[in-house]
Amino acid sequence: MIINHPLLGPRDAQEFTYLGDASLIDRPDWSAEDANEQYYAYAYLRDNPAGLHRELWFHEQGDRSWLVVTRNTLTHEITRVELASDVARLAGRSR
Amino acid sequence: MRYSGFRIIKEALTGNRGWQPAWRNPEPKPHYDFVIIGGGGHGLATAYYLAREFGKSRIAVLEKGWIGGGNVGRNTTIIRSNYLLDGNEPFYEFSLKLWEGLEQVFNYNAMVSQRGVLNLMHSDAQRDAYRRRGNAMHLNGADAQLLDAAQVREMVPFLNFDNARFPIKGGLLQRRGGTVRHDAVAWGYARGADARGVDIIQNCEVTGFRMTNGKVQGVETTRGYIGAKKIGCAVAGSSGALMAKADQRLPIESHVLQAFVSEGLKPTIKGVITFGAGHFYVSQSDKGGLVFGGDIDGYNSYAQRGNLPTVEDVCESGMALMPMIGRARLLRMWGGIMDMSMDGSPIIDKTDIEGLYFNGGWCYGGFKATPASGWCFAHLLATDTPHETATAYRFDRFRKGLMIDEKGVGAQPNLH
Repeated sequence: MIINHPLLGPRDAQEFTYLGDASLIDRPDWSAEDANEQYYAYAYLRDNPAGLHRELWFHEQGDRSWLVVTRNTLTHEITRVELASDVARLAGRSR
Repeated sequence: MRYSGFRIIKEALTGNRGWQPAWRNPEPKPHYDFVIIGGGGHGLATAYYLAREFGKSRIAVLEKGWIGGGNVGRNTTIIRSNYLLDGNEPFYEFSLKLWEGLEQVFNYNAMVSQRGVLNLMHSDAQRDAYRRRGNAMHLNGADAQLLDAAQVREMVPFLNFDNARFPIKGGLLQRRGGTVRHDAVAWGYARGADARGVDIIQNCEVTGFRMTNGKVQGVETTRGYIGAKKIGCAVAGSSGALMAKADQRLPIESHVLQAFVSEGLKPTIKGVITFGAGHFYVSQSDKGGLVFGGDIDGYNSYAQRGNLPTVEDVCESGMALMPMIGRARLLRMWGGIMDMSMDGSPIIDKTDIEGLYFNGGWCYGGFKATPASGWCFAHLLATDTPHETATAYRFDRFRKGLMIDEKGVGAQPNLH
């Protein structure tokens, strides 16, 4: 697989480390009433879709940026690559 | 029809005209007591033990393709019970004991061959870990034997013992482990279940669940609606996609694991050998092909095929372990979809929906578990209580922090 890095261009997926579902960006609020339940779902439950999947890849052998890659789990085709920091800011995170 | 040596002679003398199909091809009935989704090893074993051990009837197995076309026909056929943790070892030892009597019980030649499983060690720390594991196995009634380098050399002299980075310092041997012909496991269970009245319905994909007031009523399928009192899901890599139809999120990711077979070679490797410094396991089939595999590719996938970097990694591990493997040519390679759970251990449990039961999260160790998985799932379906060896395989272990994490790597499925 080739991941088209937004800053560095096409890079071999071997340079990256895979973490998992991009929902891991959305860390729950620890002070919420139901923080226990939220953290259980956050840490352990996954949508695991057959089809488009947004997932976190870490460019460990490169610029050490975190990317959100949209990839089809049925074909391995990558359709979109974003910087995870951009995704988090778009979702309202300050950093 | 019972299979025997006598039957073969009789058929040979009468032109082989008496053989019958090993199972029927029935039309689905409108309603069953038990519907098992997934006609793989685990699903068929579940139906078989439901009928045979728990005396249940009106059972159907629904399979979206053909039976034995999924992971039961894609694995590297290894059976063993060399686990460390209390939640796992009694279950896998129960499974190995069932393997030992399986062929006589279901009257089918599954070629269960207890040729031994040898885990190699390459450091002093690994020796300590294997000694501990061997003791854990003994405590649970399994067999284990710690070998030093000389004993390993006597068994398998062709290994690379003096590798500068990963010298072989010994091994943990389970003599009762071995290999089984995996297709015959599916066929044997299918035939045995069918003979006890189980309807095995192929080309029947479940497309949804019908529910009222939190209780499951039946399944929508490509061959129409089928009602059921209890529904058990045993669909391995498709667990996430299937349970999503019942709005259940699982502690599971689907990953692809590749396996390989070389061209046929003269008998060399007697048992199963695993490399302790990488992830590589190899055995030799009765046809002579080296059957081997390594790590999962490491990313979510439903594609049933992997990528070349993992192929390279597996072959490098093979070369490090036994350099002569480099002269063998690869005959076939393929991928299967693994239901990788968050702690690397399986789940056999009820779901939040009444009447809906789940069996999955087998990671890439599901084949060896087939008999016990079927037995324990049948126990749960029949009695609504977990079997004594599967009490730890509950959904709520993640909520309660009672993970069964053999490797201790945490909630990171691609590391298990």
